[in-house]
Amino acid sequence: MTATATSARSDLSELGRSETALRTFLHGLPGVDQVGAEQRAAQLGTRSIKTTAKAQAIDLAIRMVDLTTLEGADTPGKVRALAAKALRPDPADPSCPHVGAVCVYPAMVPHVAEVLRGSKVHLASVATAFPSGQAPLEVKLADTRAAVEAGADEIDMVINRGAFLAGRYQEVYEEIVATKAASGDAHLKVILETGELATYDNVRRASWLAMLAGGDFIKTSTGKVPVAATLPVTLVMLEAVRDFRAATGRQVGVKPAGGIKTTKDAIKYLVMVNETVGPDWLDPDWFRFGASSLLNDLLMQRTKLTTGTYSGPDYFTLD
Amino acid sequence: MFEYAPAPESRSVVDLKPSYGLFINGEFVDPTDGGSFKSINPASEEVLAEVAEAGAQDVDRAVRAAREAYEKVWGPMPGRDRAKYLFRIARIIQERSRELAVLESLDNGKPIKESRDVDVPLVAGYFFYYAGWADKLGHAGFGPDPKPLGVAAQVIPWNFPLLMLAWKIAPALAAGNTVVLKPAETTPLTALLFAEICQQADLPAGVVNILTGAGDTGRALVEHAGVDKVAFTGSTEVGRAIARSVAGSRKKLTLELGGKAANIVFDDAPIDQAVEGIVNGIFFNQGHVCCAGSRLLVQENVADRVLESLKRRMAQLRVGDPLDKNTDIGAINSAAQLERIRELSDAGSAEGAERWSPPCELPERGFWFAPTIFTGVTQAHRIAREEIFGPVLSVLTFRTPAEAVEKANNTPYGLSAGIWTDKGSRILWMADRLRAGVVWANTFNKFDPTSPFGGYKESGYGREGGRHGLEGYLNV
Repeated sequence: MTATATSARSDLSELGRSETALRTFLHGLPGVDQVGAEQRAAQLGTRSIKTTAKAQAIDLAIRMVDLTTLEGADTPGKVRALAAKALRPDPADPSCPHVGAVCVYPAMVPHVAEVLRGSKVHLASVATAFPSGQAPLEVKLADTRAAVEAGADEIDMVINRGAFLAGRYQEVYEEIVATKAASGDAHLKVILETGELATYDNVRRASWLAMLAGGDFIKTSTGKVPVAATLPVTLVMLEAVRDFRAATGRQVGVKPAGGIKTTKDAIKYLVMVNETVGPDWLDPDWFRFGASSLLNDLLMQRTKLTTGTYSGPDYFTLD
Repeated sequence: MFEYAPAPESRSVVDLKPSYGLFINGEFVDPTDGGSFKSINPASEEVLAEVAEAGAQDVDRAVRAAREAYEKVWGPMPGRDRAKYLFRIARIIQERSRELAVLESLDNGKPIKESRDVDVPLVAGYFFYYAGWADKLGHAGFGPDPKPLGVAAQVIPWNFPLLMLAWKIAPALAAGNTVVLKPAETTPLTALLFAEICQQADLPAGVVNILTGAGDTGRALVEHAGVDKVAFTGSTEVGRAIARSVAGSRKKLTLELGGKAANIVFDDAPIDQAVEGIVNGIFFNQGHVCCAGSRLLVQENVADRVLESLKRRMAQLRVGDPLDKNTDIGAINSAAQLERIRELSDAGSAEGAERWSPPCELPERGFWFAPTIFTGVTQAHRIAREEIFGPVLSVLTFRTPAEAVEKANNTPYGLSAGIWTDKGSRILWMADRLRAGVVWANTFNKFDPTSPFGGYKESGYGREGGRHGLEGYLNV
């Protein structure tokens, strides 16, 4: 980032061509003070969102959910049921909006596609040897192409954390570029797996690396390692997309995923988006929640607000 | 757009009486030779309660009550028993924290999120901390059996009414002194609620006396011949007058006065967190903070970027109803203070600095001032030299670390300073050279009962907080 946006634009596109240039740029980004970032995230978490603001936030959060199932035990029947729920989360209330997307493994994409066809709900598939990414590049790219051919319009890829942590930034960069090419018209979400990156400085660098390589979204986690999305990590990523747009003019989305289970949590994230990057990102095109159980809590809170009574979990479908 | 609906904290938790007397010798009494005055809510100008104004005879009564309690009860009492009372007070403060926080915000104008999350928890923390010292004074580094001084006269300001009360009363009582405390005339109500807490804790009569009133009451109190110790927090001007009046007497004196702190941002600073620190440094408590980071010194090669981020962040600040849980900046404490902030800000514009505030709607009633920054400020401007005590930041730039030190120290004050850099060695190098009582590194306005606080130069002398805070209340 330099003072003038125009010179910055030409500068940044060249960065990926050289390991040295990438390293110099990424290590020249301002550092993140851990204590300060965590304190800011905690402060934003104390906002009190009530009544009309809460109703608005719940509907927005529902529209932002990437309704996810990523289990070895997933079956065609289960993912079809999930897709049906994505279209009509609350069958008893037609005013309830549909979710942002359904997110499944590549093998499940065709089954979901049948249900979602013709709707506005996106179909996301994880790819690139999710969740570890430990496969040869050709396999990862083939995984990606297969998902797109089967009907996915969003691809959730994982970065090569080993290469990133070892400082081989160009290798990570080129994998993202190649996956973006293999994704064709599908939107590319780049999973940083922040739980394995250890520091906020690394989160900021990985965010920039993913954006420089052409990622449409940056996503915190696979949900398959112990530490998933946190508010401070999401704060650092939001600051990165904000600064990236200021430098390049291109807007990139953010998706915290894993561990967001309650309406209260989701509202804290929305407050953070609102006060860090502003209303431009308060839209399912630019912010998503990777979650499964979150949706039912949002639905229960929504029902509570509209009817005044709190219905139990038995009134909502499990998947 | 995501509009936050109003989220007001309920006032019903506070049970305000129409009028309050003076708290002398364990009970509320009417003044003998004083009058009364009204305390208002600065956010609405509504009268909250009528409060007694102590005259010279009331001061004399209170000092005598404190003397008697000192000689007969509190002085002879073993430290472990004094500790029990202090622990009990601390617990009651926690139990009644919501009530204290709401009343503090009503009377002072500060946002409820600050009184709830900062002031009141710290108040309890200081009482807990000093309660622990009461039976361990022999281990505080002031000799094997340090003795108290006697009766302490304490005069506190309006910016942190309860917290300043805790800073004064907790160490005094732990060390074995009794106190007569005068809260500021615009914010007397939480001190009176504290008096009720002393009753609830069965604190022996006369150990704590609260005299409400204005400058004359304070003067009579610090000049009273029966006082052994004077502790004052407030303006340098009044501090100077007190130092003169106490000079040549046996009274021990601590003063915590004004400040014009430099918050220094280097080019390798974590910018987003530094911006948070700048905002916290000057807009916390509407800038009514003696250690506020009211001068931003930013390295010139990152000045544009820091200012751009700062302005974007300032546009997010929510100014308004102090009782709304989402309010970031509340009301200015009084019409007089608002006038002073306006006058100095106008001087800033007149002297050629560039003024900026985010678009923000201020309520019609009450005392309000939008968060403001001045750029293009030089050391010669009044807004770079005088304490504004409001939400007004003066921005200056520097080129080298040496220049940052020179500018930071070029003030008659020396209470606090902040340093923002990723380089540990630079933090230590700067801290060695800054003439300020507190130096924060990559943070600002952090308070802790274990940490001493106090000033250099015209910011006063003596330390409050920590083990050091006991010294001012012991005969050492």
